[in-house]
Amino acid sequence: MAVKDYIRERFFPHMWCAGCGHGIVLNGLIRAVEKLGIDKSAIVMVSGIGCSSRIAGYLDFHTLHTLHGRALAFATGVKLSKPELNVIVPMGDGDALAIGGNHFIHAARRNINITAIVMNNRIYGMTGGQCSPLSGYGTLASTAPYTNVDQSFDVVQLASAAGATFVARSTGFHVQQMTEIIQEAILHNGFSVVEVMSQCPTYFGRRNRQGDAVDMLKYMQKITTPIGSKAKEQNPELIERGVFVRKELPEYCSAYDTVIRRAKEGK
Amino acid sequence: MSNNIRFVQGNEACVEGALYAGLEFFAGYPITPSTEIAEQLSSRLPKIGGKFIQMEDEIASMCAIIGASLTGRKVMTATSGPGFSLKQEALGYAIMAEIPCVIVNVQRGGPSTGIPTHVHQGDVNQARWGTHGDHAIVALTASNHQDVFAMTVEAFNIAETYRTPVVLLFDEVVGHMRERLVLPEPGEIPIVERLRTSVKPGVNYHPYLPREDGRLPMSDFGGVHRYNVTGLYHDMWGFPSDEPKIINELLHHLMDKIEHRTNQLARFKEFYTEDAECLLISYGSSARSAREVVEKHRQRGERFGLLELLTLWPFPSDLIRQKAAGARLVVVVEMNMGQMCQSVRLAVDRPERVFLSNRVDGVFISPSDIEKTLHLIQGKGV
Repeated sequence: MAVKDYIRERFFPHMWCAGCGHGIVLNGLIRAVEKLGIDKSAIVMVSGIGCSSRIAGYLDFHTLHTLHGRALAFATGVKLSKPELNVIVPMGDGDALAIGGNHFIHAARRNINITAIVMNNRIYGMTGGQCSPLSGYGTLASTAPYTNVDQSFDVVQLASAAGATFVARSTGFHVQQMTEIIQEAILHNGFSVVEVMSQCPTYFGRRNRQGDAVDMLKYMQKITTPIGSKAKEQNPELIERGVFVRKELPEYCSAYDTVIRRAKEGK
Repeated sequence: MSNNIRFVQGNEACVEGALYAGLEFFAGYPITPSTEIAEQLSSRLPKIGGKFIQMEDEIASMCAIIGASLTGRKVMTATSGPGFSLKQEALGYAIMAEIPCVIVNVQRGGPSTGIPTHVHQGDVNQARWGTHGDHAIVALTASNHQDVFAMTVEAFNIAETYRTPVVLLFDEVVGHMRERLVLPEPGEIPIVERLRTSVKPGVNYHPYLPREDGRLPMSDFGGVHRYNVTGLYHDMWGFPSDEPKIINELLHHLMDKIEHRTNQLARFKEFYTEDAECLLISYGSSARSAREVVEKHRQRGERFGLLELLTLWPFPSDLIRQKAAGARLVVVVEMNMGQMCQSVRLAVDRPERVFLSNRVDGVFISPSDIEKTLHLIQGKGV
């Protein structure tokens, strides 16, 4: 199927700013689904609130645009109720890890077969550029005019510690890698987390003097490196890209089938 | 002797009613005094192939049942006081997106953590107005286990018929008290199944385009029709819209589908109301004491009557106005600071004859408590 067959063309043009990285993620996601050849009716996309969450409405899947931070809780209901569906949850950094932090760690702990894509642009875009839990110490935001003194989460470490069985990171610059990782994440039987570093030239870039979208993408290329590279040894400041965790643990819905079997046998 | 007779807690009667109605998915979080509902369902649901999940909090439980409902299941969550506060955000979502679901609140004392193990009925107005924005809601209650069962079935039927969340507002006394419950035979109480669209694959399905009778047929997630669901104002496709006409029409639709059916949705019981000079109005466990007071006075030949409300919202104003028309005194018996009493005063003619008989110290209101109020009202001292 062509890419355009996965989108709801009547709802375009999209509402994202020029240069926004979320369109690149949308593209990568569609290509991943296309390569996997999954039936559109077998996919439920559940999103929360924010710029990232609007991705759901543009896609021709079953789409559920929910509440700020709560997408994974809604998604858990969908998945446990109908485990045969592929459930994909695109989230923003504030959505996933501030207001939705509790749902995030518990979905990871449960190891329910859902694919969470954290589109990390380090800012609350929809409300006009406030700092998020991923903005980082020393950055500027509309609610951190004298620089942000909040430390940030590391999505990969957080997801790994919380029990996610597939954890990866990519960027809007590394589109091929992003698509491959999303493919693998969807196929993974368990809770998978993919952090995609995405640029927000309108708010994060402008305020932090990172230039336009192209400058920001080039910057992502510069500050990241494949996992375990020589460059990382020489420069520990570099952010690693790739698959960090890939392990097998009982998946929640399959485990619940065991509960049903035990209940029916009276054990 | 029938083996359909049980000696159970009210919370168990609720579980039986939910399973009778076809409950298939429950998400919850432990909280007193509603926890037994979750405990029982964790055991009962998997036996019939249903799903139970203990979520990370009350918010997530409410969200999870909405997600499950969209896949075509009958769903429920249960909570008490503080948990009901936490569910308000997603309850509003279910109203806006028109998702059938049932929310049980076994009331305890508030505000805040309040008094978890004692009875209050202080969430009546929260059930009506707990979530932000204009909206309508259905809230049902009961004073005994047979009615807890029946109202639970009714809650599912109303939720499915009108694509709406329905609140079951029980209280600690009803939830924890044990009494007899006779389980109806299958088919004895009618069950409403979800109305699904007859639109064929490949033909446009509009999830928010009402039929001529106002009902909105659904299509399960995973089925052939792919559509969008959102908590934003939306068009007939379920796609966000900020068009004034669409906003106006959707809000009116959400209000009217419930408020215009107030009389149709009014469930109640009445005892000696026809000629009552003193009409007691009560609901939930306090109606038990109110009924005893009425029976005692009737035995003495005094014209006392009781109107027991089973539907609290939409508020049955017409019913109350009509039943109270001939009464000299109207006494609202409840365990809060007068939440229903306020609504009754707004509903009746001559509101100065409406009095409140309440108890708010966590102790169950007794018939003698009500008698004390009656003495005061009638100027007979305390």
